Amino acid sequence: MCSLCSFIKSTIGRKILMALTGLVLVLFVMGHMLGNLQIFLGAEVINAYAYKLHHLLPAAALWGIRIFLLASIAVHIWAAVTLTLDNRKARPEGYDSDKVVQASYSSRTMRMSGIILLAFIVFHIAHFTVRNVPSMQYNEPGVIEPSEVPLVKHGEVVMKNGHAVMTFNVNDMMVAGFKVWWVSAFYIIATGLLCMHLTHGVSSMFQSVGLRNSLWRKRLDRVALVYGWVVFLGFAIIPIATMAGLLKKDPTGGLPVASVSAAAEITETLHK
Amino acid sequence: MNLDSKIPEGPLAQKWTSHKFNMKLVNPANRRKYNVIVVGSGLAGGAAAASLAEQGYNVSCFCYQDSPRRAHSIAAQGGINASKNYQNDGDSVHRLFYDTVKGGDYRAREANVYRLAEVSSDIIDQCVANGVPFAREYGGLLANRSFGGAQVSRTFYARGQTGQQLLLGAYSALSKQIGLGKVKMYNRHEMLDVVKVDGHAKGIIVRNMVTGEVTRHAGDAVVVATGGYGNVFFLSTNAQGCNVTAAHRAYRRGAGMANPCYTQIHPTCIPVHGDQQSKLTLMSESLRNDGRVWAPKDQETAKKIREGKLNPNDVAEDDRDYYLERKYPSFGNLAPRDISSRAAKEACDDGRGVATTGLGVFLDFRDAIKRDGQKAIEERYGNLFEMYQCITGDNPYETPMMIFPAVHYTMGGLWVDYNLQSTIPGMFVGGEANFSDHGANRLGASALMQGLADGYFVLPYTVGNYLGEQGVAAAGQVTTDHPAFAEVEADVQSRIQKLMSIGGTESPRSFHKRLGNIMWEKCGMSRTKESLTEAIEEIQALRREFWSNLKVVGDADSLNPELERAGRVADFMEFGEILCRDALMREESCGGHFRAEHQTDDGEAMRDDDKFAFVGVWEYKGDDVPPALHKEPLVYENIKLATRSYK
Amino acid sequence: MEKTMNLTIRVWRQKNRLDVGKFAEYKLADISEDSSFLEMLDILSEQLVADGHEPVAFDHDCREGICGMCSMTINGIPHGPESGTTACQLHMRHFHDGQTITIEPWRAKPFPVIKDLVVDRTPLDKIIQSGGFITARAGSAVDANAMPIAKGIADYAMDAAACIGCGACVAACPNASAMLFTSAKVAHMNSLPQGKAEKDRRTLAMVTTMDGEGFGGCTNIGECEAACPKSIPLDMIAHLNRDYATAQFKNFFKPVA
Repeated sequence: MCSLCSFIKSTIGRKILMALTGLVLVLFVMGHMLGNLQIFLGAEVINAYAYKLHHLLPAAALWGIRIFLLASIAVHIWAAVTLTLDNRKARPEGYDSDKVVQASYSSRTMRMSGIILLAFIVFHIAHFTVRNVPSMQYNEPGVIEPSEVPLVKHGEVVMKNGHAVMTFNVNDMMVAGFKVWWVSAFYIIATGLLCMHLTHGVSSMFQSVGLRNSLWRKRLDRVALVYGWVVFLGFAIIPIATMAGLLKKDPTGGLPVASVSAAAEITETLHK
Repeated sequence: MNLDSKIPEGPLAQKWTSHKFNMKLVNPANRRKYNVIVVGSGLAGGAAAASLAEQGYNVSCFCYQDSPRRAHSIAAQGGINASKNYQNDGDSVHRLFYDTVKGGDYRAREANVYRLAEVSSDIIDQCVANGVPFAREYGGLLANRSFGGAQVSRTFYARGQTGQQLLLGAYSALSKQIGLGKVKMYNRHEMLDVVKVDGHAKGIIVRNMVTGEVTRHAGDAVVVATGGYGNVFFLSTNAQGCNVTAAHRAYRRGAGMANPCYTQIHPTCIPVHGDQQSKLTLMSESLRNDGRVWAPKDQETAKKIREGKLNPNDVAEDDRDYYLERKYPSFGNLAPRDISSRAAKEACDDGRGVATTGLGVFLDFRDAIKRDGQKAIEERYGNLFEMYQCITGDNPYETPMMIFPAVHYTMGGLWVDYNLQSTIPGMFVGGEANFSDHGANRLGASALMQGLADGYFVLPYTVGNYLGEQGVAAAGQVTTDHPAFAEVEADVQSRIQKLMSIGGTESPRSFHKRLGNIMWEKCGMSRTKESLTEAIEEIQALRREFWSNLKVVGDADSLNPELERAGRVADFMEFGEILCRDALMREESCGGHFRAEHQTDDGEAMRDDDKFAFVGVWEYKGDDVPPALHKEPLVYENIKLATRSYK
Repeated sequence: MEKTMNLTIRVWRQKNRLDVGKFAEYKLADISEDSSFLEMLDILSEQLVADGHEPVAFDHDCREGICGMCSMTINGIPHGPESGTTACQLHMRHFHDGQTITIEPWRAKPFPVIKDLVVDRTPLDKIIQSGGFITARAGSAVDANAMPIAKGIADYAMDAAACIGCGACVAACPNASAMLFTSAKVAHMNSLPQGKAEKDRRTLAMVTTMDGEGFGGCTNIGECEAACPKSIPLDMIAHLNRDYATAQFKNFFKPVA
């Protein structure tokens, strides 16, 4: 058997793949969260951030990253599914009086939390990236108004070739999205599960690649716990703040008050 | 019976070297034509099977456990001796040889013991190369300790699990050969008889303990390394499965049984808690370095302690009898195993025993804790104290430990010559199963040494020599189709049928317990002519009862622990009588054998070198006929016989 | 005075490998709290024999916690409720009068039940046979002190080598993974200088055999560590993962002989 095949076929090999893809996703989640939190800095900041994400790299590279992330998820899930099937086969019969001694709840529910997370990710992408969830098709006119706002940097509208650069109204999309109670609820539950998934996963991934011992296990377990909670709070605070009315829609795209009239003009010209 | 010990000519230190040179060799290409059977997978058996397979022989190895790694060698705690002299404290091959002969109370064969001391160094090298994680100093060199009262530090150890680590070393070497197909391993198989063809051992009959199938196995030589017979006493520190069947069956086919009365009683075991007990647990002898052994001075105090009316800590200093310190001022609590054991028994016989059964004495750390602090004691014996607390539920830091002697090791066994060949040609015996190296008493940390010496460095040579002598034309010629196999197999089958069909009312365990009781009471730490005569009669009566009132439930063609035990107890019943006969014959006290008639005025063992400097070898003569005694004189050319004194 | 207790024993009975098996319930009276768990089973056996029934078959040998033969799940925990203790070293004082004790065999596909509580653990031997050794033919060794080994490394190797091969780790794992067992042997031998020559080969071979025997994968939950009577830590599994990754990495560029 080729060495790569034997690696992938082995339980340890698949665990290592899981750890490595897990690492990619753990880092992505942190980046994503930090990006999201910019909503608290004002609509113009989050909108500018969204613009940057889409335009910093050429479209091909952006798609490359997206595919890489999706592939990581796919490999992560493939490894989880095949390992789970193998594990079920290895232990067809359990104990009549089964007792857990030290395994944490999160470690025993990785599959459950993982499956719900997957469902959430599918919804989340459909909701905020592809934007085709019925009644929340944010790209369609009239769902959020306006759906495009001028890009604002350092308090000024960014101009290109004499025209204001327009960007998608992410701020309003998020606020509109989270104003729907079940979206927020799903989001908070999912990030809660993500927290659980991470409190085991972050430390576990070091174990799987062999970079852990008793001393560092204690430390990494703590890091994982903190990481999980930070991620949970960082994500969950947005729907909570929205529901509480702290985050509001901003049809101007966060334009400074002084420039509001100018912006109105621009919008007008644009509409013409 | 021919008891030619085949000790090579020449000076003691040259014997093994010149013998190795004079041996017949088998051409490496021809070795694969030979099949060798190894029974037992402990230190001796496992190491021999691995080494013979490494040399190129085809080996079949048998063990009754579910894996060769479980052999009872695994339970040895203390360590393994070797004359490395790494401590620069004056050790040498000769000193280890001398200590072992002296420790064995001058009842071992000089040449064998010398060879043992000689290869002891190679054992350590071999084990380290195999990955045995011996204790080390910070500098990375091997650590040593002094053990069992030795004057030099020659004991190598791996925490308190030396036996385990050495066995796992041999097991891993054996496993490699199993993986390569050179050794065919038979787990959960029990040897029930040996097959002789033209006087030579050519095979064995075994029972598959899972399916009950009885099968024949042919070989060009048979190595028996099946351990000791301590379980004849029912309660011992041996594993539950340890038995004498292989050795005893060989005896019945013509192998001489040597010195069966030499049984070692270990002084520091956890006392029996009641009649439901199945096993005695050894506590390391090292505890006696700091613990003080005592019993109450008067029976009244002892009674109060037994009934729980008096806390032993409240017994005044004047009411305590530190009997070892009193009787043996220079060795005190470190007096040798046999002496300490007897002294404990005396105190208990005198009605001064403690523990609920009255069979226990104190091993008290109060003074040591006062002197060195609890922390120091914890560092030294923490794990042992924990083990004690786990078993008894008492905290030895607060209440004194209780100990009592228990059967631990058996020095006797099948007679072997210098080549470890029994009186049946082609049948070799290694490890505790043979009688050869420990005389009448074994020193601490010497059992592991002997097992591995036999397995790694003696049997691979001497078995090869035997096969070479037989010639390559004979290799693999005897097959299981030989009529001798059918005959022995029929014997085995009919014996199983007989055990299954008695239809009585008493379980094998119950008979075993009763046999053990007779053995312990009448042939235990102290033996007399009367007690032994009684024991022989009682065993004979018990045996008759056994064969008429045994109850074996289940069937013979599946896993049946009752049947297994029944077969083993049947053999213990016969063997126990030989043991008593040997003890009765040996009208002297030496090592583990103490005859109350033969003691000095102050109660010390008295050897009789004029009459008893020989190996007593018993030959089977028939079921209802007493065995015949043969003698192999012990000649001491290099050591002067002296009285052991520990006063 | 010695205390005694009355117990209800609920134990798995299965005639042979092919039998379906079921629980049976027995009453036991006057069990001394000083008895060991296996002595309690001995008493049950004698009681069954007296009634003409077959006793409960269970594996056991040394009864001092070192041979690794005893193997039973007591109230849902392999080797019972006391940590760092084999079933044979478990004593009845950890149970109470009137208690019902459920005893089951090790549950794992690679460990088929032979009878009652007795299972077949030869797959563990096969893992060792495929690479759990350091090749050193008898007679070929250099002097034992020729190669100093730092105390820390020797101690670590000893921690790993303390494994008694009982299979409680497999029994405790919801995936029936043998990672703790395999990793303990790998960590023991790979960490010692003597074992370096065969390190990569050993690691790859043992993992391949382990997977091939049908053991599940590790999910890093740590139940094995909790059940291990010798308290072998999860560190050993990390060690195995590391050595396996390294060996496969090397193997990718140049096959490990």
